[in-house]
Amino acid sequence: MSKDNQVLEELTSKEYEHGWTTNIEADSAPKGLNEGIIRFISAKKNEPQWLLDWRLDAYKKWTTMKEPKWPNVTYPEINYQDVIYYSAPKQAAKAKSLDEIDPELRKTFEKLGISLTEQQRLTGVAVDAVIDSVSVATTFKEKLGELGIIFCSFSEAVQEHPELIKKYMGSVVPVNDNYFAALNSAVFTDGSFCYIPKGVRCPMELSTYFRINAANTGQFERTLIVADEGSYVSYLEGCTAPMRDENQLHAAVVEIYAMKDAQVKYSTVQNWYPGDKNGKGGIYNFVTKRGLCAGDSSKISWTQVETGSAITWKYPSCILKGDNSMGEFYSVAVTNNYQQADTGTKMIHIGKNTKSRIVSKGISAGHSQNSYRGQVHIMKRAEGARNFSQCDSLLMGDQCGAHTFPYIDVENNTAKIEHEATTSKIGEDQIFYCLQRGIDEESAVALIVNGYAKEVLSQLPMEFAVEAQKLLALTLEGSVG
Amino acid sequence: MLSIKNLHAKIGDKEILKGINLTVKAGEVHAIMGPNGSGKSTLASVLAGREEYEVTGGEVDFDGKNLLELDPENRAREGVFLAFQYPVEIPGVSTINFMKTAVNQIREYRGQQPLDAVSFLSVMKEKVKLVEIDQSLLNRSLNEGFSGGEKKRNEIFQMAMLEPKLAILDETDSGLDIDALRIVANGVNKLRTKNNATIVVTHYQRLLDYIVPDFVHVLYKGKIVKSGGKELALELEAKGYDWIKDEMEVA
Repeated sequence: MSKDNQVLEELTSKEYEHGWTTNIEADSAPKGLNEGIIRFISAKKNEPQWLLDWRLDAYKKWTTMKEPKWPNVTYPEINYQDVIYYSAPKQAAKAKSLDEIDPELRKTFEKLGISLTEQQRLTGVAVDAVIDSVSVATTFKEKLGELGIIFCSFSEAVQEHPELIKKYMGSVVPVNDNYFAALNSAVFTDGSFCYIPKGVRCPMELSTYFRINAANTGQFERTLIVADEGSYVSYLEGCTAPMRDENQLHAAVVEIYAMKDAQVKYSTVQNWYPGDKNGKGGIYNFVTKRGLCAGDSSKISWTQVETGSAITWKYPSCILKGDNSMGEFYSVAVTNNYQQADTGTKMIHIGKNTKSRIVSKGISAGHSQNSYRGQVHIMKRAEGARNFSQCDSLLMGDQCGAHTFPYIDVENNTAKIEHEATTSKIGEDQIFYCLQRGIDEESAVALIVNGYAKEVLSQLPMEFAVEAQKLLALTLEGSVG
Repeated sequence: MLSIKNLHAKIGDKEILKGINLTVKAGEVHAIMGPNGSGKSTLASVLAGREEYEVTGGEVDFDGKNLLELDPENRAREGVFLAFQYPVEIPGVSTINFMKTAVNQIREYRGQQPLDAVSFLSVMKEKVKLVEIDQSLLNRSLNEGFSGGEKKRNEIFQMAMLEPKLAILDETDSGLDIDALRIVANGVNKLRTKNNATIVVTHYQRLLDYIVPDFVHVLYKGKIVKSGGKELALELEAKGYDWIKDEMEVA
């Protein structure tokens, strides 16, 4: 075995860092999915009748739909009756103040590097912490409230701001949009809600941290961000899960609604448990994320660093309805061992002079399969639309695969579309060059990969960028064969 | 400083080095010349520890250490520097970032504290002046889109930053016009001290007009067949390598 392969072996057998579990008592629904479970969830959350009806309608639609088979991934059939759809850590009620949070939960998040104590946070980031099916804490609520910004768990929003939820939920991702969106609409349990009023620039990063803890449990959260005219917000999302032998399902929905001149920047560092080095276990990450640039000159920007999950199926998209609106998608997707990713974006140009930009960097190592799938659709009315797409793939070793599926539909001949694609391998020459300067192999790979992904990483907020760089290095260290 | 004894190496099934003997002392400059395919670049690569080459016999002692037992990165950390014939491009990584990583890993190996950003930049400024490199080049992706001359100048800049005990310049003159050649050679000369040594691997004599060697060795078919002073290089220039070849055939 060559030295490179040895390093590869050693490092890919490295344990997933967030694979521990917290021992907390959970209040769970029985396994399985039926109307009764949906009523159970709705009752647990003390929901109004209209929301229960909405869920039941989604459930009915879901039962008539089929799981999509077009993604370039394979997995054994999911038994949806074998999943627990609701699990909440037992604490009397959501803590009124941050001091009342169950110490076990606080420790859980502290172990993840997320402090739920505002005073201890140096960086200006407000956090909504979601464990399994419920939100356990939201920081900086009062401070944000002074500006009229609403940042709370989805469940609270349903109680306290029903008019906003009623108006915008499902407005970007309709209940029957796709199989997993319909499933989510039926059984979603919590998530974050955020509303930025007219003309307000949100002074801190808002973030949701998702943690799956309980076994056999699916996580189905919804995030809804509404940016009123001329407002701005930068939103971060992070996620981890314990190591478990069975696969766990995560089917989330994220909706962003941007009005005239509003700007929303949504960043994700996805680090769900990817399964072990033989491909056992791991999260199925089947997520629908979509933003609607409803108003003129609005802008939605997605940035994602995808390192985790056994299977990733996600296409953060922009519907560019307002004239002069703009959509961006920056992505680094890393797969190692037996991970599979089918990810990309959709840019739907409806308004005049709409612009979109896609920068996708795939990195495949081990026995993994990494696909980029992206659609650029210029509708009839979209006079003067422009798109630029760049899809690069980096291969490490000779057991992995990189695939690109671009779809371009143009119905207006004033459109300008550019598509660039490259595939490269980390060269022995590059590694040796680094070694000869005294840089060890792990750092060399980290350096080369971070250089490759730089254009995307530079889109992330500072603190996140550093974390993402480390994560990339950790996922790939030594994966040169 | 460096003592090579009966070194044999092959790539695949092909034996390229067939018993090299060479001793280099601190303060010396050695030139290794020879026709194409004689094994010059192989020797440079074997000393730097490139994996494709398999050492099949011989010893290399570097300052009392068995060089052949060290990993390539540790050879670099011990003070062996190779200026590449074809410097490699690394997109998205600036020369500054690359050098900062290298300098601090070498310092760590030597048990020194890492340089902070300010001290690193001040060291860098000094070296930039020394080797006459355009500082804007150092902010760009390493070697990406650099001209041949810029790449070689960047190699010498890196050499200045890392202050090696033994620098091996592999065909550093290839692809350089006369001005670039002079600047690169000036850089190398400024970095010479009585404590370090340089091995210049070259096909042509012209680099040796600028970097004047103490010893010249002729490599032919994997062996050093002739050694002499700097005048040997001139003789080779005048007579060509055929002279050596003929001499070898006769013998």
